[in-house]
Amino acid sequence: MLAFVWLTIVTALRILGRNRLRAGLTMLGIIIGVGAVIAMVSIGEGAKRAVQRQIATMGTNVIFIWPGSTTASGVRGAMGSAVTLTVGDALDLKKKLPLLSDTGWYKRDQAQIVYGNRNWNCAIQGASPSLLSIREWSFSSGGSFTQEDLDGAARVALLGQTVVENLFDPGEEPVGAVIRIRNVPFHVIGILSAKGQSPQGWDQDDVVIIPFSTAERKVFGTLFLGSVTAIVASTDRTEDLPEATEQIRDLMRSRHRLQSGQPADFTIRTLVDIGQVQEGTSQTLTVMLMAIASISLFVGGIGIMNILLVSVTERTREIGVRLAVGAKRRHIMMQFLIEAMTLSVVGGCIGILFGILSARLTTVIAGWPTIISSDTVMVAFAFSVVVGLFFGLYPANKAARLNPIEALRYE
Amino acid sequence: MTPLIVCEDIWKVYRLGDVEVQALRGLNLTIQQGEFVAIMGSSGSGKSTLMNILGCLDQPTRGQYRLNGQEVGHLRPDQLAEIRNRQIGFVFQSFNLIPRTSALENAQLPLFYRGLSLKEQRALASAALQRVGLSGREHHAPTQLSGGQQQRVAIARALVTAPSLLLADEPTGNLDTQSSQEIMGILGGLNRDGITVILVTHDVDIAAYASREIVIKDGRILSDRVAEGRSHIVGA
Repeated sequence: MLAFVWLTIVTALRILGRNRLRAGLTMLGIIIGVGAVIAMVSIGEGAKRAVQRQIATMGTNVIFIWPGSTTASGVRGAMGSAVTLTVGDALDLKKKLPLLSDTGWYKRDQAQIVYGNRNWNCAIQGASPSLLSIREWSFSSGGSFTQEDLDGAARVALLGQTVVENLFDPGEEPVGAVIRIRNVPFHVIGILSAKGQSPQGWDQDDVVIIPFSTAERKVFGTLFLGSVTAIVASTDRTEDLPEATEQIRDLMRSRHRLQSGQPADFTIRTLVDIGQVQEGTSQTLTVMLMAIASISLFVGGIGIMNILLVSVTERTREIGVRLAVGAKRRHIMMQFLIEAMTLSVVGGCIGILFGILSARLTTVIAGWPTIISSDTVMVAFAFSVVVGLFFGLYPANKAARLNPIEALRYE
Repeated sequence: MTPLIVCEDIWKVYRLGDVEVQALRGLNLTIQQGEFVAIMGSSGSGKSTLMNILGCLDQPTRGQYRLNGQEVGHLRPDQLAEIRNRQIGFVFQSFNLIPRTSALENAQLPLFYRGLSLKEQRALASAALQRVGLSGREHHAPTQLSGGQQQRVAIARALVTAPSLLLADEPTGNLDTQSSQEIMGILGGLNRDGITVILVTHDVDIAAYASREIVIKDGRILSDRVAEGRSHIVGA
């Protein structure tokens, strides 16, 4: 039996080799289909990984609470005329919700920074020390400010990489330097490690972080003490995020004295929500491309079936001879199935190489990250085997059902 | 000894549209092992139908056909294939070799379906080629061989399984006189080695090689006579 299968494969290869152009054209559909599957899936996986990496820069298991937008009710109050989120909210959340491991807050504004004869304009975040740990900021040199710095409104600053690049010469040590933010002198005590782009696309490193109290009292000049731009909270486990979100919503509604049915004056977002939007996009893309690839595989399969039907007709006499010398139906069946599968598997292997090459080229030329997993390659290979088997079945069956006498007499 | 072939009241009826064609009408025939029989008849006489039935390519509509004592009338296609593979060798008028395939591989073909190892297949096939005088031509494709040589490859293919019956349907129909004589010489030799040979032919000169001559007409045997001087083979 093994000898039979082996010889049949050899014979099939020889028959294909004899008619290279025909075999090549027949395989083209499978090559394109499998190649497209591999290329598309690896581009999709690469995009997904990039998004995941970006999301991870926001911190893990983080919940963001922003003041609600009033677009729903139409008229917008003047900036600062209403205080929707406060430090008190953040402290109360931490105190009353054991599910939250920590909460932090920040106030954000744009300001001019001066160092020596250079200046730069960027986002200034007045933050609680806990914000740095929740957002998982790390330091390339120096360190964070402390609760004492917050309590005493110390004039200390942490600089992001982009700010450092624009204010300091390469090689110059910024830690210990004195910079001025809106003319207020600050000691630089730490340099933040680079985080890169946020999932929304802004540069997370173009930032200066100073203690919240310092920002409030000495830099921004806030009307309402304790008002914040956003509150962040974190949980220990990702599974707790939905539950924690619900608890925060309830507590915030009661703190803000909202009647049931009244729209909330705040918005809660978790990284899971942000991730879902992004992944949804790449998922849609992947599904669409997979659909195109499957159509190509299907068309390729039809090509194989077509050429096999021609082959069965051309070789009717040969089939007759084989039947006369004692081939059983299953032998004839196997022969044509193996021929179909040889076509699709050889095509599939070429397609796999073609797909890997396209993915690599995409990375090199367009700079898109691509990930070629062995799973993808295996699935693509399995697909080509199945296509050969499925589309070979009808011609093979047709060949096996030939009447030996008529087949021998066929001209 | 059991006769190799026993046909009892064989009928074969085809249906061509609304017309019923009776190709064989109650034919009776017994052939002993080791005979060399020529079957003659004009086209439409039913000799091809008889040949197909004797070769287990077809089955009678009615009547009994026993090959080596085994009733084959009601066997399934795969069982018939098994019998063809084990007991019968075919030689056709148009050689019917598989194109672009070497002489050796053509001769191997029946063994291929018997599931022998490649080594055994090769050994038996080259022995068969040697027996028909084609040593050294094992790796020639059919197009590189003359008509006579192609027919010899076909004979090698037929006898590689050591069959008890060799059926030759107009084996010299596409050959010149000299090649025909060579082929008939080989068939005669095989017959002397004990293989039963049944030959279908139009040609009286070719039929003369056989020891028994059967003429078929309208689906029945018209005459059945033993060639002079060769009677010793009949019933041996």
